[in-house]
Amino acid sequence: MNIVIVGLSHKTAPVEIREKVAFSPTAMDVPLQQLLQFPAVAEAVIVSTCNRVELYAVSRQPEAAIVEMKQFLADFHQLELEKLEEHLYDFSGSGAIKHVLRVAASLDSMMIGEPQILGQIKTAYGYACEYNAVGLILNRFLHKTFSVAKRVRNETAIASNAVSVSFAAVELARKIFDSLDNKTVMLVGAGEMCELAAKHFVNNGVSKVLVTNRTFSRAEKLAEEFNGTAVSFDNFQEQLHRVDIILSSTGAPDYVLGAKKLKEVCKERRYKPMFLIDIAVPRDIDPAANKLDGIYLYDVDDLQGVVQANVKERQKEAAKAELIIAEEVEKFQDWLATLQVKPTIVALRQQLDQVRQAEVEKTLANLTDLGAKERKAIESMSSAIINKILHHPTKVLKQANSGDEGSLYLDAVRALFDLPDHEQTSNDADK
Amino acid sequence: MGTSTLLFNVTALIYLVASGFYMVAMLKKQPSMGRFGRWALLVGIVVHATSFGVRHSTVGGTPVTSLHESLAFFAWCLVLLFLLLDLRFRFSAMGAFTAPLAFVLMVASALSPDIVVPLNPVLQSWLFPVHIAFAFLGNAAFALSFGAGVMYLIQNRMLKSKRFTGIYQLLPSLDLLDKVNYICLSVGFPLMTLGLISGAFWANSAWGTYWSWDPKEAWALLTWFLYAALLHGRLTIGWRGRRAALFSIIAFMFLLFTFLGVSLLLGGYHTFEAFAIL
Repeated sequence: MNIVIVGLSHKTAPVEIREKVAFSPTAMDVPLQQLLQFPAVAEAVIVSTCNRVELYAVSRQPEAAIVEMKQFLADFHQLELEKLEEHLYDFSGSGAIKHVLRVAASLDSMMIGEPQILGQIKTAYGYACEYNAVGLILNRFLHKTFSVAKRVRNETAIASNAVSVSFAAVELARKIFDSLDNKTVMLVGAGEMCELAAKHFVNNGVSKVLVTNRTFSRAEKLAEEFNGTAVSFDNFQEQLHRVDIILSSTGAPDYVLGAKKLKEVCKERRYKPMFLIDIAVPRDIDPAANKLDGIYLYDVDDLQGVVQANVKERQKEAAKAELIIAEEVEKFQDWLATLQVKPTIVALRQQLDQVRQAEVEKTLANLTDLGAKERKAIESMSSAIINKILHHPTKVLKQANSGDEGSLYLDAVRALFDLPDHEQTSNDADK
Repeated sequence: MGTSTLLFNVTALIYLVASGFYMVAMLKKQPSMGRFGRWALLVGIVVHATSFGVRHSTVGGTPVTSLHESLAFFAWCLVLLFLLLDLRFRFSAMGAFTAPLAFVLMVASALSPDIVVPLNPVLQSWLFPVHIAFAFLGNAAFALSFGAGVMYLIQNRMLKSKRFTGIYQLLPSLDLLDKVNYICLSVGFPLMTLGLISGAFWANSAWGTYWSWDPKEAWALLTWFLYAALLHGRLTIGWRGRRAALFSIIAFMFLLFTFLGVSLLLGGYHTFEAFAIL
């Protein structure tokens, strides 16, 4: 049994292609049922996000399954396979296992470490369960995937630092203020990025929002959005002593806030720290203010620098994550291997046991004068012989199966002992 | 003596283990390790206290007369106050400061001659242990305030210069560091004050004079004025942050000199040998 993957992602396909092959989350039953119709596909999960579309399947004939899955992807979305194919990738065996683990651990994401992808795969698995498209192997595999993704998250710092400017601002604020509760944010001007950052601040506990803008009505509108207060632009500086965090993004050509004024404000605030974020270009706040005690002034480039450093940090952590994944791929491979060899071993054992039982019965029928104790001794001796004989071949089969010649040994054993056809017995074992 | 030395060595070892846990917690960014460090320190002070108890019963007096004993007792005070602080703030970075410091103090203590200085009968008084306890706990509180001050300056520098090294993630927020610096100051100051007062009463009972301008007394008073100024600045003028952190570092330098320098260099009746000679 093999895990097989066909898919495309932001790395191989532009958005024009990705949007064409996306699956609607409200109607997953149809594609899942169709996929299971293919002879080579035994179990299936469809993952469809804005950055990737992937089909996970279990198959006995991986090559055939890959062809069928590609065809299905093209047919289902009424695309020409030739055009689609250049964007598709496919994996089977350990490559497939590794790929899914990497995707779930967010190593293959556009932004390494972003948390959504794991949830999206969980949802996809949920649909597949709902429509009975997963069996023993994908069930086990996806549960393993979820725990590996969690392990990566816990054991590496892959998701620990902010990689967007607005989140970076919130993180910096947390290093200045112990808690953001009861802090006051003032928005000076109303840029989109400031609004976003303000939202993050409010989500992280900031309780009071003041908004000022040259156009007072715009300030009022924005203030309403944050349940805050609008302040007129002419005297917003009078309010500064109440403000802990300033988000500035006016279109003014000169500084809106001078260092001298801020020095007064500091004194008035008894040097309680202030965090100033100046996203405007040209800048709104005199950079000299950063030299004042208790003032921490960050402009766009500073924040960008923080983000870049964080991205680098994530890449470093990703290397650690790869090691964890390599380890887990091997573990899952081993499990799959024992799964594969199990039916043959069971069949072999049954075969020999039938022979043993038949022969023991024949012998005992002739030896009528034996007591219960002697009969039992003959029974257990014959069992012991079978066990002794089977011990080594079983070990060799298990070992060989994790190598390339695994199926060679399996076929040989089946031929030598005249065991029933592979397909049939393994299906029995699955049940 | 054997038991107390054994317990002493075990204590030093436990402080070393605690340091290891805190280092791993900080360097490998595994906050869970801080919990082990905390437990190790907790076990450490219990063993350490037992060693004092044993020594007390064998020596037959407060076992804080030699340099050997003083350093060990200081380590104990430090760990005790840190654990109290940690109850409230879960402050692993401070653990990474305290545990190695306690270990170093234990090593320094082990290296200084382990002599039992019999206390001069004139000085035998219940005020002696009281004076020692207040003075040492006060010093330990100031040491923690110093630690928080140094951390504040490091964190402040990184936030100002916008260049962040690994330690940035490990240190708590400026607000918290400032708060801890202040709490330690406001705990240390009354302790030190009580230490000075109890010392004066003790001196009076022994020699009939409260204050005799012995070098240690003079330096301790100077240090006390420095801390009084810092506390006053914080409470009334609104000093905080960088300025308060810097001030607490400078004041601690004076304290360090008062604690070690004076006893070792300047003489007077606070020298460790003087207890016997007097």
